[in-house]
Amino acid sequence: MTATSGTPLPPLVELRGVTRDHGHPPVRALDDVTLSIGAGAAVAVVGPSGSGKSTLLNLLGTLDRPSHGQVVVDGADVASLDDDDLSALRAHRIGFVFQQFHLTEGIGAVDAVADGLLYTGTPLRARRQRALDALELVGLAGRARHRPNQLSGGERQRVAIARAVVGSPALLLADEPTGNLDSANGAAILELLLDLHRAGTALVVITHDPALAARLPRQVTLQDGRLLADVSTTEGAPA
Amino acid sequence: MKDRRPSRLLTRDVLRLGVAGLRSRPARAVLSALGIAIGIGAMVAVVGISTSSEARFAQQLATLGTNLLTITPGQTLAGRDAVLPPETVPQVRRLPGVLDASSVARLDDLTVYRSEHVDPRNTNGISVLAADQALLDVTGGQLAAGRWHGPATDAFPTVVLGHDAARRLGVTRVGSQVVLAGQPFTVVGVLAPVALAPELDPSALVSEHVATERFGYSGSPSTVFERSTDESVADVRALLPATVSPAAPEEVTVSRPSDALAARYAADSTFSGLLLGLGSVALLVGGVGVANTMIVSVLERRREIGLRRALGATRAHVRAQFLAEAVLLTLVGGVGGALLGLGVTVVFTLAHGWVLALPPSVLGAAVAATVLVGAGAGLYPAVRAARIPPTAALSS
Repeated sequence: MTATSGTPLPPLVELRGVTRDHGHPPVRALDDVTLSIGAGAAVAVVGPSGSGKSTLLNLLGTLDRPSHGQVVVDGADVASLDDDDLSALRAHRIGFVFQQFHLTEGIGAVDAVADGLLYTGTPLRARRQRALDALELVGLAGRARHRPNQLSGGERQRVAIARAVVGSPALLLADEPTGNLDSANGAAILELLLDLHRAGTALVVITHDPALAARLPRQVTLQDGRLLADVSTTEGAPA
Repeated sequence: MKDRRPSRLLTRDVLRLGVAGLRSRPARAVLSALGIAIGIGAMVAVVGISTSSEARFAQQLATLGTNLLTITPGQTLAGRDAVLPPETVPQVRRLPGVLDASSVARLDDLTVYRSEHVDPRNTNGISVLAADQALLDVTGGQLAAGRWHGPATDAFPTVVLGHDAARRLGVTRVGSQVVLAGQPFTVVGVLAPVALAPELDPSALVSEHVATERFGYSGSPSTVFERSTDESVADVRALLPATVSPAAPEEVTVSRPSDALAARYAADSTFSGLLLGLGSVALLVGGVGVANTMIVSVLERRREIGLRRALGATRAHVRAQFLAEAVLLTLVGGVGGALLGLGVTVVFTLAHGWVLALPPSVLGAAVAATVLVGAGAGLYPAVRAARIPPTAALSS
């Protein structure tokens, strides 16, 4: 069941025989993984702690480079791109949502979201305008001036999601996006992510929650750094 | 799909990030900036006070004039003390360019006491001088109280005290009696300090008439003061020894008191060089403080840096952000310090009644210096921040 490409669309990110070692002596976090994420795909990455999920997300998001193997983003081998090229990819093509919301105390929602466009060279006024649009997209139109301590956990994660998608990335990577939320809020966040996916964004969600993973049409299972399963289901898509 | 737009961070956003970074930890920013402010403030104040004192000195010299020459007897070839001829003053007055001349003569072995009950050994170091009418005009001396000798007082035992002499004798008002050479003398005037003839300050001045009548003054002056036009100072100076003592011009010493003032002032200003050095040490210590603050800040903000890398920041953007923060931090300190130094200078000059003379370029240089210090202090922390891997945002 390994390395099935269940999408007809051209691949957005491809991992070809990717291995990633960390530290000295090297610990193998990811071992010979081959995976393709098509444009507009929605993939859940599941597996226990230490199975290499976060390493996989770092590699997909070009935050990290493989020890061996190839990572191809937008048709370009990451090995052929320098740090500035990868930064440019992240600025324009990839959005990140983290388990910790990474919001700065004292910064209002609209400015936090506007930071998602900071490294695209967009002037502040335009950034804020687009941030307001993104906040509306995640259902926080009325919370633009609120600061993190005035928002609930679910609202904070919505702000973080708005920040990730304000630049209309082709690929949205979410690392345990519901990990710090209760189940009701978590479900709502997942619904929001799926809405964004339906609007055309490729989505990769890391989770250790199989029930949550089942809501996505494709599940990639990792164990001990190896790709254990890559299943596409039709009933995964939520009603 | 080929999207090759680069990451871009607008310059004004770099500044915004710097400001936001400082505002997120205001107490720390203020304390770090304070270190810089103290250093810069000390330097600006030192420069401000010394330039103001320089200006005051120049003003003072302009008022006193640099055209006063002092003629004193030197030593004979045999090593004895030379004597100026009694006709020195009229001869000096005849020189071309000379405006006026005056003399005092030390009356040796005469003492002044507050009263006859004072221990005779307690002379207070006050000398008794015979002064002519023109002394105050020529030396630029001013009376602090009372009057100068005149024909009306010449017949009486009267004395004018120099500033220090009056203080040492405890004479606070005109009309007091002092005991001069065992005789009661009335104090008719007290001088203010005489800048160009400080030897008058610890003196009791009697008129030539009184000196001749009562103490057998022979008319041989111990110091002759001479004013000439500004242009002829050098010529007069060259002519004076031969004019005063044609037979032995080498026995005549001519000096310009304003030179002595300038030399003393120059010695004072080496001290401000030392203070300036101390100020720059303070500035350096402030810079080290900023570097330390920035390193701590970088360590604390690993995840923020990781997040920014995830949002598309390049290493250069991260570097620029932290460098901007460090430079802004020192700039705040520098501007604060410049204002502090200016304030200290203003208070100091007002308190001393001087004119404020702080060149604006000093303030500009101070702020420029802080920017350099900030860039230096921020460089290493900024480079460290840029080295933090983008994965730091994910690792908790």
